[in-house]
Amino acid sequence: MARADIATEGAGPAGFASVAGAGPRGMVTLRGDLTSPVLARAVAAVTGTGVPARRRIEVAGDRAVAWMSPDELLVLVPRAEAGAAVAALEQALAGEHHLAADVSDARAAFTIRGPGAQGVLMKLCPVDFATLAEGEIRRSRAGQVAAAVWRSGADEFTLVSFRSVAGYVIALLEFSARPGAEPFPA
Amino acid sequence: MLMLTCPHCGVTAEETEFAPGGQAHLKRQGPGSSDDDFEAYLFARANPRGVHLERWRHAFGCGKWFHAARCTVTLEVFGTYPARTAGPPAELRAAIAARRPGWPEGGR
Amino acid sequence: MSFRLGHGGRLIDRARPLGFSFDGRRMTGFAGDTLAAALLGAGETLMGRSFKYHRPRGAVAAGVEEPNALMGIGSGPQAEPNARATVVELAEGLEATSQNRWPNLALDIGQLTGLGARLMPAGFYYKTFIHPRAAWKHVFEPVIRRAAGLGRAPRGPDPDRYEQLYAFADVVVAGGGVAGLHAARLAAEAGRRVIVFEQAAHWGGRAPVEGEPVGGLPADAWVAAQLADLAARPNVTLRARATVFGLHDHGYLLAEERCGEGGGTGPRRRLWRVRAGLTVVACGAFERPLPFAGNDRPGVMLAAAVRDYLVNWAVAPGRAVAVVTGCDDAYRTAMALAGAGVRVPVVADLRPGGGGALAARARAMGLRVADGACIARVLGGRSVTGVVLAPADGDGSGGEEIACDAVAMSGGWSPAVHLWSQPGGGLAWDADRGLFRPDPARAPTGADGRPMAVAVGAAAGELALDAALADADRALRAVLGLPAGAPPVTAATAEAPPRTAAMLPARAGHRLRAKAFLDFQNDVKVSDIELAAREGYVSVEHAKRYTTLGMATDQGKLSNVAGIAVLAEARGTPVPEVGTTTFRPPFVPVTIGGLAGEASGPLFQPVRMTPLHGWHAARGAVWEPVGLWRRAYAYPATGERTADAVAREVLAVRGRVGLLDASTLGKILVRGPDAGRFLDMLYVGMMSTLPVGRCRYGVMCNEQGFVTDDGVVARLGSETFLCHTTTGGADRIHGWMEEWLQTEWWDWKVWTLNLTEQFAQIAVAGPKARVLLERLGGMDVSREAQPFMRWAEGRLSGIAARVFRISFSGELSFEIAVAASDGPALWERLMAEGADLGVTPYGTEAMHVLRAEKGYIIVGDETDGTVTPRDLGLERMIASGKADFIGRRGMERAHLVDPGRWRLVGLAAEDGAVLPEGAYAATDARNANGQRVTEGRVTSSYFSPTLKCGIALGLVRRGPERMGEVLAFPAAGGRVLKARIVEPVFHDKDGARLNG
Ligand SMILES: [Zn+2]
Repeated sequence: MARADIATEGAGPAGFASVAGAGPRGMVTLRGDLTSPVLARAVAAVTGTGVPARRRIEVAGDRAVAWMSPDELLVLVPRAEAGAAVAALEQALAGEHHLAADVSDARAAFTIRGPGAQGVLMKLCPVDFATLAEGEIRRSRAGQVAAAVWRSGADEFTLVSFRSVAGYVIALLEFSARPGAEPFPA
Repeated sequence: MLMLTCPHCGVTAEETEFAPGGQAHLKRQGPGSSDDDFEAYLFARANPRGVHLERWRHAFGCGKWFHAARCTVTLEVFGTYPARTAGPPAELRAAIAARRPGWPEGGR
Repeated sequence: MSFRLGHGGRLIDRARPLGFSFDGRRMTGFAGDTLAAALLGAGETLMGRSFKYHRPRGAVAAGVEEPNALMGIGSGPQAEPNARATVVELAEGLEATSQNRWPNLALDIGQLTGLGARLMPAGFYYKTFIHPRAAWKHVFEPVIRRAAGLGRAPRGPDPDRYEQLYAFADVVVAGGGVAGLHAARLAAEAGRRVIVFEQAAHWGGRAPVEGEPVGGLPADAWVAAQLADLAARPNVTLRARATVFGLHDHGYLLAEERCGEGGGTGPRRRLWRVRAGLTVVACGAFERPLPFAGNDRPGVMLAAAVRDYLVNWAVAPGRAVAVVTGCDDAYRTAMALAGAGVRVPVVADLRPGGGGALAARARAMGLRVADGACIARVLGGRSVTGVVLAPADGDGSGGEEIACDAVAMSGGWSPAVHLWSQPGGGLAWDADRGLFRPDPARAPTGADGRPMAVAVGAAAGELALDAALADADRALRAVLGLPAGAPPVTAATAEAPPRTAAMLPARAGHRLRAKAFLDFQNDVKVSDIELAAREGYVSVEHAKRYTTLGMATDQGKLSNVAGIAVLAEARGTPVPEVGTTTFRPPFVPVTIGGLAGEASGPLFQPVRMTPLHGWHAARGAVWEPVGLWRRAYAYPATGERTADAVAREVLAVRGRVGLLDASTLGKILVRGPDAGRFLDMLYVGMMSTLPVGRCRYGVMCNEQGFVTDDGVVARLGSETFLCHTTTGGADRIHGWMEEWLQTEWWDWKVWTLNLTEQFAQIAVAGPKARVLLERLGGMDVSREAQPFMRWAEGRLSGIAARVFRISFSGELSFEIAVAASDGPALWERLMAEGADLGVTPYGTEAMHVLRAEKGYIIVGDETDGTVTPRDLGLERMIASGKADFIGRRGMERAHLVDPGRWRLVGLAAEDGAVLPEGAYAATDARNANGQRVTEGRVTSSYFSPTLKCGIALGLVRRGPERMGEVLAFPAAGGRVLKARIVEPVFHDKDGARLNG
């Protein structure tokens, strides 16, 4: 827990799954009418994807859009482009009631990778991962803090938390992934 | 520990993902309201032995408020519905009445 | 004396002897032994002392229900107290220590000093409390404390690790006996997601002990085949050494898995938190003891446990074992003993008509069977030397002494209904079988109102192998909607109906009843329940609490039905009318470690860190927890006292310039055409009239009219506001906003977003603040360009920043918000550029002193949820022109406009001392209870380095009208502190410095 500012890259000690900070991500929160064609065009212009359906995350290369609530999206872009993304959304949505803000620094992202990845998360999240579909984002909690998680590859999950608890989250992940603590040993 | 389905995001999750908000469908009493009405708004709460309409927030999820119709005795959940309404939807009312004949008048 | 047979033992590996110690004595057992089996194998029958009377006790059972053989395992921080020797797996070097004895197990002072049955009858504690309190404190309590008590908790932090696991299943099978395995197989074949938990290290339950074939295979082989099949299925998870200990609402099921016994990197225990669509209660049944005098002597054991020890571990409880039974099952024990070469001098069968086919087989083996007979009493002290055989319905006189060194008893069986009953499943009394069994018509129900559990096999009351499997087959097919099928083929044995007994012999006198134990762990006897009934405790729940029957760590697994039978007889009512007590989790004791899971040590609670946390840590900051945040309280230099550091920091801000990490302050973006209107409802003041570019201080109330939060609101655009909240209020106020927008004013066009963590926010405060910012360059922060309560955006030292000209110190002050990741760079720049200005980082305590010197309130210090804006002297903030805002109606209530309310003032101790925070001002008047009437209290109190004396804020009755009056604050030790009521602003009353 001594790792004060963990919202950056780096892998911890080797476990039965690898857990690591996923590095800086550009993240923009967009609140608005998700059924609006104007909003759909604005999102597509920034990310190249459509507005995701309920609980879905649409990925297009290094960009993605996640459904966070019936009126909130999380737009993921390269870190350096977050400011431009906010500006582009603001401009495109000028006539619409909306809110767009850069939240890149308010969040931390982590990757949990390997055949044991799901076992790590099963210790932390009250989520039935067997029913978590490819392309689905699940907001829940990890231990005692809020988290969102989705399958970001084969045997890989991405987990997003708030920045201030990033030290707690990486410590949780490392604790849960330590060798010898496999919940389902091969 | 309860399992509830959030009608906004469709997630069925355990109680630790939700925050309880007490009795549903209270009518706000503002300036000009009588002392009795205001007192009831602040303090008078139903404590039924049976069907209860209550507020929940999907705090560790989509963040949205919703209502649940739940039996306080058996913990059966008859259904959940979005908070933006003055009462449970007709289908839910029918479902509750089917399970608890007589509800809402004295039905348990 | 118990001993190890020369051959046999299905669970032990004689090629792997294991050394262990018991109370320091070295002993040897075998791999596969439980600790109890190893002790019995080594001839050790005395394993503990009872809780209340310190009677010598040995193992009475062979499984989780064991009430007597509780031991301390291991030493040091990993020691585990109260472990049941019957479930502890033997390991090389294991250290076991007996408990509840002094000075040693064989010679116990508690028994000798007469803390015996005569001193402590039922209700002893209740009756004792009626006596004068002094008698309890000085006479009873010290004696009892020394003599009583179970194991000792280990000292020091637990070095082992624990974890939890969330799992989901359509079907969870609790119990891996043959009924459970068959149920699991059916569910698995039907494609359901299945988890099977077995509490023991071995699968199969009792069937392999009995040795009857199942499905045409030896029981062991059938179990192995089921396991192989289940293990190969992707939809099945199998866990041995995992005990389901709780079934709760909506199928929430808890199981504790014993992963190891310490050391290694893995967890010692894993708590499974499972959501089960259907729980199959296949937990088997517990055999019941019989109530006869001396039934608690070491060497008196449950008949089936004797069989377990014999078959599983090749251990016999003695050379000559008398058997006493009210059911046919104990004949299996008699025959197994005889078959192993152990003498069985008599089988006493309570039933006048005797037993069924099994009894006939025993007779055919040449065993002596006495029908209508019982054991009237056991001879011997720390071990059994014989029994007195007498008619079961007599008074115990004129019995026949029979020499033996062990007794096997069976009072019938009780299904393990705990998991069924915990979530509300109903029980039915089965008079034919003499047991309470789950009533399928009253199954516990889940979220959908439908049954969420099904009991099968022995747990359902079907004790015979063939019936148990047939029941599991039928029940699972019904609940899974499968077509009818056939259970595995087994042989059927017809058994005669059992007989339950409230006391043996039935007409025994008090002397025998006072030695016939029901609850071994809590030393509750037949006579205690009868006494309770005589004294009017006729409800089973009352009798339980009065006598402590079933309240020990074994939760009455052996004693429940026997106690109910005694109560029923004493009341003259049938057993079902007495009913059962409530079954509560946990089914077996579980470790606190498992319940805590990963949440211990550094993971006990999340610590929220600001972007500048690392800098503070490197500077040796003293921390203050604020909610989950850690904020720098002060930055003591090497050798500097914290209080001196605080004073130095305060003076630096007043004299030069200081830096405060204000990142934790809540920052909520509110945007939309209705944002102004919305904030007008939320704050007591007007926000819709705030011009773009300006800041305004705001106070929020709840509907009661009490202050809940405060902070500065900045208008960023025509439709956009940024609301600052207190550190603790960020999430709460954001939730509050969303609650109103979602549930009351859902047609208003407003979006909110909690941006608290997006920004690092640094307060630059002091007369040199402007000079410092000008050195950074990039923004015009002149008095003209950015007057008080304005904000501006730009780049400071190249870093994108929003600068607020606001002050919580009374000094010239700027708060600078930058992206969190830019925070450290900006802080470092400020420190570097301000070095020659004397720039000083200051912590939260200096911040508190600075604000108190200026009379600024802190929500949570000056308010406690019962304080209105008027009480705080903030009535000028309440917008008079607003028809409505949250709290307006509440504030109009009579008590809240009472002129006699306590209101904010400053307090100056007459001698310049620092008043204790929370101290009450008392008048000479007394209230109806004879207590001094209070008229105010200290809400904040500090030493002011600026004024060189104590300053305080407080709430005082009619305070502002009483300037100059002196109040009396009674303090500890009879002292009375005097303080004068003064204006709450102690420093720079005209605010000149603020505008510097
Ligand atoms: Zn939701």
